[in-house]
Amino acid sequence: MRIRIRHEITQRFEPGSRNMAVTVRLTPRSHEGQFILRWALDLNSDCRLAAQEDAFGNLCHTFSVDGPTDHLSVVAEGEVETQDTTGIMHGTVERFPPSLFLRQTDLTEATPAVVAFAESVKLTEDDPLGQLHALMVALHDKVEEQDGPALGGPLTANAALQAGKACSGGIAHLFTAAARHLGLPARHISGYLAPDAPEDGENAGVGTARHWAEAYAPKFGWISFDAGRNLCGTEHYVRLAVALDAMGVAPLRSTGLEVEEAVSALDSRAPQKVAQAQSQVQS
Amino acid sequence: MPHAFDEMSSADGSVRPAYETLQRWLASVPQDVLDHRRKEAEFIFRRIGITFAVYGEQNSQERLIPFDMVPRIITKDEWATLSKGLEQRVKALNMYIRDVYTKREVLKAGVVPENLVYQNPAFRPEMNGQRVPHDLYVHIAGIDIVRTDPDTFYVLEDNARTPSGVSYMLENREIMLRLFPELFSMHKVAPVDKYGDDLLATLRSLAPHGGHEPNVAILTPGIYNSAYYEHSFLADKLGVDLVEGRDLFVKDDVVYMRTTEGPKRVDVIYRRLDDDFLDPLMFRRDSQLGVPGLMSAYRAGNVTLTNAVGTGVADDKAVYSYMPDIIRFYLGEEPLLPNVPTWRCREPDHLKYVLEHLPELVVKEVHGSGGYGMLVGPASDKAQIEKFRAKLVADPANFIAQPTLALSTCPTMVEKGVAPRHVDLRPFILSGSDKVRIVPGGLTRVAMKEGSLVVNSSQGGGTKDTWVLDA
Amino acid sequence: MLSRTADNLYWLTRYVERADCLARILDVSQRLSYTPVTYGGSTNEWASAVLTAGCEDEFIARYGPLEDAKEEDVVSFLAFSPENSSSIRNCFEVARTNARSVRTALTSEMWDVINSAWIELQSFPNRALTRDELSRFLAFVKETSLRFDGATFRTMLRNDGYWFARSGAQLERADNTARILDVKYHVLLPEKEHVGGPLDYFQWASILRSVSALTAFHWVYRDSVKPWLVADLLILNRQMPRSLAACYEQLARNLDDIASAYGRQGPSQRLARSMQARLTNRTIDDIFQHGLHEFISEFISDNNKLGAEITEQYLT
Repeated sequence: MRIRIRHEITQRFEPGSRNMAVTVRLTPRSHEGQFILRWALDLNSDCRLAAQEDAFGNLCHTFSVDGPTDHLSVVAEGEVETQDTTGIMHGTVERFPPSLFLRQTDLTEATPAVVAFAESVKLTEDDPLGQLHALMVALHDKVEEQDGPALGGPLTANAALQAGKACSGGIAHLFTAAARHLGLPARHISGYLAPDAPEDGENAGVGTARHWAEAYAPKFGWISFDAGRNLCGTEHYVRLAVALDAMGVAPLRSTGLEVEEAVSALDSRAPQKVAQAQSQVQS
Repeated sequence: MPHAFDEMSSADGSVRPAYETLQRWLASVPQDVLDHRRKEAEFIFRRIGITFAVYGEQNSQERLIPFDMVPRIITKDEWATLSKGLEQRVKALNMYIRDVYTKREVLKAGVVPENLVYQNPAFRPEMNGQRVPHDLYVHIAGIDIVRTDPDTFYVLEDNARTPSGVSYMLENREIMLRLFPELFSMHKVAPVDKYGDDLLATLRSLAPHGGHEPNVAILTPGIYNSAYYEHSFLADKLGVDLVEGRDLFVKDDVVYMRTTEGPKRVDVIYRRLDDDFLDPLMFRRDSQLGVPGLMSAYRAGNVTLTNAVGTGVADDKAVYSYMPDIIRFYLGEEPLLPNVPTWRCREPDHLKYVLEHLPELVVKEVHGSGGYGMLVGPASDKAQIEKFRAKLVADPANFIAQPTLALSTCPTMVEKGVAPRHVDLRPFILSGSDKVRIVPGGLTRVAMKEGSLVVNSSQGGGTKDTWVLDA
Repeated sequence: MLSRTADNLYWLTRYVERADCLARILDVSQRLSYTPVTYGGSTNEWASAVLTAGCEDEFIARYGPLEDAKEEDVVSFLAFSPENSSSIRNCFEVARTNARSVRTALTSEMWDVINSAWIELQSFPNRALTRDELSRFLAFVKETSLRFDGATFRTMLRNDGYWFARSGAQLERADNTARILDVKYHVLLPEKEHVGGPLDYFQWASILRSVSALTAFHWVYRDSVKPWLVADLLILNRQMPRSLAACYEQLARNLDDIASAYGRQGPSQRLARSMQARLTNRTIDDIFQHGLHEFISEFISDNNKLGAEITEQYLT
């Protein structure tokens, strides 16, 4: 599938701000089943953009906005060719052994409730892959995905579990927290999900930013799990960044006021249409 | 508990040679003169404002650490042994941290278990694969040493993050020189006041680029930090700027400070700020104390942070127990300074032993510091032990245990005259790109309460001037 | 030097100066309030104290209309209130916090003054003071600013740190003098038709007292107190240390010293000089002709602008 993506982020600053440092993590990398055809970042401010690789192998850019200004807008735009790999990841950039991904973070804390949930799906036989699938199914039953931004909350593993309803990021946190508790390395992925272009070219939807999880099963390697949709990754998914939790994959980090995002991810064959913005506001 | 070794008086009552002059002097000076000088010392401390804050106490913003006037004496030979051992230890710490963030050979070889690194809260995944200037991580180390007999110095703890206390080492000496000049004329005491120069030379040697005179700054969390006095003290001694996060900014991966003459480039930052607060774009995003973009400049190799980020992975009490193996692994040498035998409660057979012997052990939290959250078995009653047992069973991996050591004692001024009190020693080891520098001595901490083994200032411990004799 | 260090020095001296000025205002109000009311009308000295301190909005929000302002409220608000960011207590708090964070830039004598003042401040009771206690308190405040100025003058290196510290004090002092004039300008106007009641010596003398210039007045003019001479003394007379002209003479010199040390001039030097020129070239007749009130309002606003320029150029 060929997916056209546009991701716009606007960071608001106090009016008159100067020398605002910004990190963006907005450039996907190619791997088996995902090939970046073209990709470009565009800023509303003149900056020197130097690419760095972060500790997880994600491409990021840190720069500073001279100002004075009250906002920064970044547009990432490009086209990605994808193929279905039944969720199995090959050729990804790996900077850590899997065991690093057993690490807890604030967002993926194994609270007693999360532990109880994880234990409830524990299988008796030693089959990591079966375990992970069982976890995905159980989670899908337990927590419903709500419409809205990918990080619209509830966001922590525990909050997602308690609410029984969460954003895709919250569901990914719960999945990783539970898998880690069961001794299975798991990590957080940010990216995009494009809908199929319908044959008649109508009502395709615009696609969204989305978060899901990957977990490690010996013999298979890293496998993607989207518990919100109860499936492993397909050609509709474009993987942007990997880290221990949503904080680590944040597409933009700065020290300003609120952030707004608008994302579209479209099947390139679909007719052009005006992207209806999906917005998200962080504090 | 066995009888403690006293550094002045041997068991048979004779005075050890290094202390002979001091002992005679102590015996000859009338008590009221000593009392008077003690008051004078306290007055000077208050006046200069050497104070510290104790966490969790209200209205205690400015408290004095008790200063004991009787110096602690270490012979030239003892110091030679100690300093060699310290240098070896810090060298291994540096190699270990570098390895953990790059090649991970120590993990592959199974010397240290993976989860002790990867599940360690002080491990910084963000530092993975990053080269730091000169491949050095722990530029300023404080290694806590205890002594149990004339020949044995144990390492009790490694401090590889931002060890504090050096200002007391320097101020204690200043005050002693002022109060007891006659005592110095009777001894050849190795000076400590070149610590400032040594630290500056070390920091400069760590600059990422040669070429221009490196600009060094000390980064403080601000005046409300408990060690603020020390931060401003050091800035004064070094003649460098004491900056807060808001004084710095990053442009194109270069760090600048805001001055009245415009931006000025900063090459080396001696930061007295925890990792978590350094850069809101990388760590805690609510940090107001750090510098946005600092880590990116660091990653680009344009600034040196001392100590490096993520050094905490080497200094918790669980990693401590592996230090002898770590020294052997990297240096192929036997440790010159032994560890205190340590049971890791994360290991079931160790835990079993610890639970069976609680009344005789000291149990500490792996990430604890300041003498908080620990159990001193022999000094605790049954209820306290049982309460601690419950904590230990609930989360064994969070604890280690050690035998209750009979820490050495030194003569100390107490209410009525001079009496032995338990002490430890924190020497400061500076690792520059050119060489290792250790000022002879360090900070001696003393438990002012009779029989107490807890020397931490937050628990009522005091300090002493530490003399390394030059002859 | 670090911008923050310069900023701290600049504000440290501003706050000490502000505390001093508040103490004088309270002193004069207290004096006037127990002078027999020989003038009619509804002038309320305590209200004008609040106006001069420039915190009428906060005061009204807490205590109601200004014309009903009561002595105890005004005293507690201007002297002690933690809610009033410019109360004397807060001025000392902020000054000490600033001093603490730039201790290495201060001499120990300067630190000593600030630190002991802060410690002594804690000894004043946190309740309404008796008149006696209040007098003692105000004397203590004025004493502190004298000691601090003395310590600064006698012990501080004459470099950029000193110049920033002095600039802060001069700017604040000019602002305070201008405010006193702004609130009381009407009693200085030559024609008596506007404000209710006869205006007299007490008011003019009180203006002079609030800048400690009653004695100076007689030495300078060798004449009885006349309103236009009062204005002349406070605005144009360069011998009088609190006059606008004297403040700007110092201020322009300090800023020039900074510029020559750094080898670069900027907007703050230009503005300070142009204001200094304006004060040198005018006569008091000229100012009265064009409107005293307009002149003072314009000065206050330009003075604020200079503060902003200094901040912009050096302190951020």
